[in-house]
Order: sequence, then C-alpha cells, then structure tokens
Amino acid sequence: MLFRTWQRLSSVVLGLVSAPAAMADWELNMPQGITEVSQSIYELHMLIFWICVWIGVVVFGVMFYSIFKHRKSKGAVASKFHESLTLEILWTALPTVILIAMAVPATTVLIQMYDTTNSDVDIKITGYQWKWEYNYLGEDVGFFSNLTTPEDEIYNLAEKNENYLLEVDKHVVVPTGQKVRFLITSNDVIHAWWVPEIAVKKDAIPGYINESWAFIPEGEEGIYRGQCAELCGVNHGFMPIVLEAVTGDEYQVWLEEQRAGKIAEAQAALGDFSYDELMVKGADVYARSCAACHGGEGQGLGSVFPALAGSDIALNDMAAHIDIVLNGKPGTAMQAYATQLSDVDMAAVITFERNAWGNDTGETVTPKMITDAKK
Amino acid sequence: MTTATASHDNHDDHGHHGPAKGIMRWVLTTNHKDIGTMYLWFSLTMLFIGGTMALIIRSELFQPGMQLIEPEFFNQMTTMHGLIMVFGAIMPAFVGLANWMVPLMIGAPDMALPRMNNWSFWILPFAFGMLLFTLFTEAGAPNFGWTFYAPLSTTYAPSSVTYFIFGVHMMGISSIMGAINIIVTILNLRAPGMTLMKMPLFVWTWFITAYLLVAVMPVLAGVVTMMLMDIHYGTAFFDAAGGGDPVLFQHVFWFFGHPEVYIMILPAFGIVSQIIPTFARKPLFGYASMVYATSSIAFLSFIVWAHHMFTVGLPLQTELFFMYATMLIAIPTGVKVFNWVSTMFRGSMTFETPMLFALAFVVLFTIGGFSGLMLSIAPADFQYHDTYFVVAHFHYVLVPGALFGIIAGVYYWLPKWTGHYINENLGKFHFWMSFIGVNVTFFPMHFIGLAGMPRRIPDYALQFADFNAIATVGAFIFGFSQLIFLFVLIKTIRGGEKATDQVWEGAEGLEWTIPSPAPYHTFAEPPHVK
Repeated sequence: MLFRTWQRLSSVVLGLVSAPAAMADWELNMPQGITEVSQSIYELHMLIFWICVWIGVVVFGVMFYSIFKHRKSKGAVASKFHESLTLEILWTALPTVILIAMAVPATTVLIQMYDTTNSDVDIKITGYQWKWEYNYLGEDVGFFSNLTTPEDEIYNLAEKNENYLLEVDKHVVVPTGQKVRFLITSNDVIHAWWVPEIAVKKDAIPGYINESWAFIPEGEEGIYRGQCAELCGVNHGFMPIVLEAVTGDEYQVWLEEQRAGKIAEAQAALGDFSYDELMVKGADVYARSCAACHGGEGQGLGSVFPALAGSDIALNDMAAHIDIVLNGKPGTAMQAYATQLSDVDMAAVITFERNAWGNDTGETVTPKMITDAKK
Repeated sequence: MTTATASHDNHDDHGHHGPAKGIMRWVLTTNHKDIGTMYLWFSLTMLFIGGTMALIIRSELFQPGMQLIEPEFFNQMTTMHGLIMVFGAIMPAFVGLANWMVPLMIGAPDMALPRMNNWSFWILPFAFGMLLFTLFTEAGAPNFGWTFYAPLSTTYAPSSVTYFIFGVHMMGISSIMGAINIIVTILNLRAPGMTLMKMPLFVWTWFITAYLLVAVMPVLAGVVTMMLMDIHYGTAFFDAAGGGDPVLFQHVFWFFGHPEVYIMILPAFGIVSQIIPTFARKPLFGYASMVYATSSIAFLSFIVWAHHMFTVGLPLQTELFFMYATMLIAIPTGVKVFNWVSTMFRGSMTFETPMLFALAFVVLFTIGGFSGLMLSIAPADFQYHDTYFVVAHFHYVLVPGALFGIIAGVYYWLPKWTGHYINENLGKFHFWMSFIGVNVTFFPMHFIGLAGMPRRIPDYALQFADFNAIATVGAFIFGFSQLIFLFVLIKTIRGGEKATDQVWEGAEGLEWTIPSPAPYHTFAEPPHVK
C-alpha cells in the first residue's frame, strides 16, 4: 500500500514535468471520456491548466528569484521604485487577451452542450432519496436502479469488490451511435446525475426538468459508472449510476426483454407464493429498498426514520401497513413504492417486515392482496 | 462605564483610565483593544472546534468503508465544520484584527461606536452556543451542508434547523453592526492629514469588505427567513409542490455567498499588503492600483454568483454571462499578485515568521486562484462541479489564503499587542509544519476530484483510497501544528524579548509610532499625517 502510494506520488511529479498524457494513466486527471463533448471538455481543461502552469512559472519564477537574490543577508539594498503605469497597463491587458482567447473555445463547447435537439432516444431520469428511476419515453420501459453493494462490505465485514459503491441492480442501457437525450428531475430533494465518461452532470431538481445529452460513438460499448453529485441527505454517497452502452441492435433486444419481463411480472402476481418464498424474497427487497432508512435490522435511524421492529404499523393494522408502503407518507421521507416495486416484491417485503426481527405476526401478505389494494 | 473601578497604575496612558479589573472588564468593555482581543480568542476557539470536526471527517475518510461514524453524523460534521469555520473562525478573526488595528492605523482614539462594538462581539458566543448545542439534541445538528440548499434544508430538514436559522440571524446582526462600526470609524475618525488615498491597505480592504457585509448579510437574513416561513408558516418559497422554486433559494443564497467569499479574503489581501513592504524594506508597488483592484473585485463579486450554479440548468445566455464575468475576476486578482511580486523585486528581504506566512499566502492563494480560473470555464465546470476539485480549490483560498493571512497578521502585530517578540524558532517551526500539512492535505484533493470523487460523501470507491489516506495524514499534521501556534501565543503574552516601538525594521505607519505594548488608550490627541 505504501509502495503504491509512493509509486503514485512519484508519477505525479513525473507527470507534471513530462507529458500530460502520462497523468491520465494514474487517474490523477479528468477522464477524456468517450464522447466528442467529453473530449472537448478535456481539451479545454488541459488548455486552461497549462495556461495556469505557465503563468505560475513566470510569476513564481520572478518571486523566487527575488527571494534568493534580493535578500538582506546577501547585502541587497532596497530600491525605492513603487509605481509604473506601463507595467500596470501591461499586466491588465495581457491577461485580458489570454482570457478572451480562452473564452472563445469555451463558448463553442458550451453551445454544443446545450443543443439537445434531434435526439433519437429520450430517457427521463428521476432522482429519489436514494436511488434513480429511469423511464424510456415512448418505449413503455421504466425501472428503478438501486445500489447493490452489500452492507457487510460497507461496514468492513466482507472484502470490498472491485466496483465497491459503484454497482446497481439495473443498469441504464443506452444505444451507441444514437443521440440520447436525458430529461432529469427529482421526486424529493436536489440530486445531480453525473457520469464522468460522457461529461454529463445535471442537477435533478423537483419541479424542473433539465435536459442534457450524449452521443456515444459506435465502438465505445461498455459500462460507465458515476455517482450522485449533489448532497441529498444521509445516503448521498450511496446512489451510484451505472450506464451501459450497447449497440443499436442489442438495445432493441434489451427493450423487448424489459417489456416481456413486465408482463411476466404481472402474471406472477396471480400465482401462489408460500410464506417461505415470500420471506426469502422479502429479505432481499428489504435490503435493497428499505434498509437504507429503516436499518438492516429494522431498528430505524436517528430521530427521523422510525424503527419497524416492534412497531405499531408492522404488528397491527395490515391494511395501514400496505397503504403506507404503496402510497408513502406525504411530508416525510417515506416514498410511495406503488410504482417502484412489483406486486410480488411488495407482498414479499411487507410479509417480511411483519415477521422479521421478532415481529412474529405469522401473517402472509399475498401479491393478490396488493393488486386489490391498488384498486 | 469603567470609571468607578478604573485603576490609575498604567504609566503609559497619559492620564487616562486603564482597564477595569476582573471579569467585568471583558463583559462591559468598550475599548477597541479589549474587544479585538476577545474576537481573536473567540475565533481561535472556533478554529479548534471546527478543526476537530475536520479531523473527524478526515478520520472517517482515511479508508474506504464506514469505520468510525455513521453517514448521518458525517453530514452533521461537514455542515458544522463549514459553518463554524466561515462564520465563527475566519470572519470574527478579521473583525478582531480590524478592531485592534484600524484605530491604530488611522490615528483614532477608539472605534466610532464603542458600545455597539461591545454588543456586536457578545452576540457571537450566544449565536455559536446555540448552533453547537444542536449537536446534543435528539434530532442532531444541521446536516444539509453549509450551503443549506432547499428543500433538503426545509421540507427534509431535522428540527434543529430552526436553531440554525436563529443562530444565522444573530451572526448576521453581529456582522452588520461590526461592519457599520468600521465604515463609520474610517470615514469619521481619521487623523488630520490622512486622506483616503493615504490609508494603509489593510484599512482600505476592510473598508470595502465592510460595505460588502452591509450589502449581503441582509440577503442571508432574508433567505433564512424565507426558510423559516416555509418550515413553520406554510409558505412555499422553495417548495415546488406549492408553486415555489428550489432554484430561487440558490440564487438568493449565492447572491450573499459569492460576496461572502471576498469578505473572507479581501482583509487578508490587506494584511499581506502591509507585511510584504515591511520585510522587503520597500514601499508597496502600485498602491493606487491595489485600491482600484480591490474595488473592482468587490464590484464583480455581485455579478458572478451563478457560477456556483452552472449545473442547475440555467439558460445558455445566462451561463455565458456568468462565465465571462467570472473570468474577469482573474484580472484585478492578477494585478494584486503582480504588485506583491514587484514589491519584493529588488527589495532587501528578511524572512521573519509573519513574512513566511505572507509569502506562502501569495504562492498558495495564487494556486487557489488558478483552480478558480479553471472552475470559471463553464463547460469544464460540468466535470469539476461538486467534486473534491472544488473542495481543493476553496480550501486553498481559505486555509493558506484567508487563515494564513490571519496568522501572518497576528504574528506581525503580536509584538505591538503584547510588547514581546515571538520566539522566531518556534514561529518558523509552526510555519513549516503548517505549510507542509496544508499542502499534503489539500493538494491530493485536486487529483481525487478530477478522477471523479464527489464531495460530501462519507464513503468512496476504491480508486480514491490512496490519495484520501494521504490527505488524512496531512490534515492531522496541519491540525496538530496549530497547537504550536497556541503555545507561541501564550508564551509571547507571558514574556519574551522586549519589542521596540517600531517592532520591525522596515515597518511604517501610525501603529508603529506608539509604545509596545500599545497602551490601553492611544491617540487621545490625533497625530498629524503629512
């Protein structure tokens, strides 16, 4: 570890004095990304960086020259000059020219970034505390995307995997070679949707729909990871984004699969589930969708998020329990899960909550009860 | 008010009353030196409290995974650290220095409004007492970041937000009164012959800062009052569901927030502009251009606020305007740096502790300025925004910027206050430990930010681990070095080599004409400035 640290430190030094390209290898620098826009941004970044470096070399050069040469211990006698209009004009005018030279390419790139017209695919992204919802407009495909890193890895009880904190249950899939427009909003507080490799970062604000776009060229298929970039509450650090770029054909197949999956889900709700099946499934759904606030053991969190273990709602009125999970509790952080979870998942998690952690009601909530409650 | 108990044993006060005895001296004092001293001790206390919070944050971030604290407490720490450092450490320290030095530099007997001066200080302990007390309540302290964006700070806030709002109101009242006092003092109590363009630069920068404070603290009061109404009285200023606008919050907040940034740096510019000529033994280069540059920065600070909001979805034209306006700030700031360097050029320099801190200020603040220029490029800001690159940027301008400026000022004027020189070896030890600590802490943050680590997260992906570990080590070096500062302060107050009236060989100005330590009352008869 220490060796790696030293390796990186020395590469910093080397990178700074040799070539800018050397720096990217060690993740010291902004990623160049995979889109035209992200590469333009990277170039702007490097341009302004080198301008700063050169100004710094000149200014600090003069300063350190004075520090070494014009010191009293070397017998330097202070001269008395203290004004020069020529110099003042020069060092006002020169930076102005440099800034204008910088503003021109920056303006061009910004105009390009704001051009969200003529998109091929439109995806509405909604931020929730603390997950993302994706809706593919006009495709009848939509889903929630939750963190899947197990709590044991976060609390150092298990070894952390390679994509620690940057892994989710459902990827947002986009086609390459097509212009994808993102429509970004929020259901509660402000979030920000950010994937560095495509240089898209936009705030998700309740009441607003912000636009952004990306054109991932063919040949750049792959998985790209990002995170929420605006403080959105206790689990701000735990709502990553996983973007999967696939070819146009694969994208069509994926859309079909999603639609088929939805139908299968609806049919599954009509089937029978045993108590044991629901408990196993419920534990899984709970860990993904509920544990962030209500605690891994149903113990709640602080004074804002109530415990479920031994709580009135989980032990008594079942209809009220189903209602609060379906419709949420207005004015609080408790969201409506009616659209987030399938009827089977909903039945499973409510069954789980009514029987786990000593809540031994022995009651089973069936998917059909959920379907009925929705009517 | 101290006449009844005043003692007459002070030989330097030319027949005036010395300080009262006991605790009531400090409670009832209207003396600018006493009040300045209290401000400075208060801000040092806050520096240690806010610093402890920073070390808690850095300890949790030493390694990936949650080790020491929970995410909820982590958010409380980042919020309180920011609020305490900005409003409790940096701002009161500058007000303390102004209280001590502005009257001495312009040849005034005291501040113009001495009783208000007492009040504006004594509000602060109550304001911060209330803010800190929320840590011990059941709901916990504010957890929505020092920028407290709605609706996280309104609809979704812990109940302690109301104490936070009250606390901000009190700090605001304190700041506004302090600022009015400084403006009135500078305008009315200058010694005969001291025209505006003869004022020392520290006085000039504070004069401009005070106008910024008077202009924007009411805006801050307004925005927290709107929050209060949203939370308790059913309004919907910032609630989209009620027809309000969460982005309005950010516009109003940053209309306060950006000038606030300059409130925290302009007085430091002034301090450095006093120190560099003294130790270069050469007059400040471009005095007039320094004044104009400071004024330009202050003016520009009102028209750049939305550069904090490049990713909220502003229209293209708005985005371009704020990008250009922000880039312009580099020009007057550059002029200042060039002037400082030209002051050193062909001087006759020595490197006592205040000069070391001032030189580090010039270099490290400029690095913070460079990253600021990078952040002004709107397209690139879409990648930088809300990452550790921003954290690195504003810590470079606030820690080796504002804080080093304050420390430099304290070391510079301490012999005048106490009558003793500091122990130079200890001072230099403090400097080098701080210099190393600050860079080891904040430089790696540029890299993890560019590599993609968002700010305000309690846990992070594995690729950020190494640099975070380094930053934590640096933070502990920097934090514990400040104990050396405390030690030097106490040691110098208690004794040390006797300081001359002029204190530093190259020092010029009215404050160096009075005895060291400065008597309790100075300039009862105004001096004449040629």
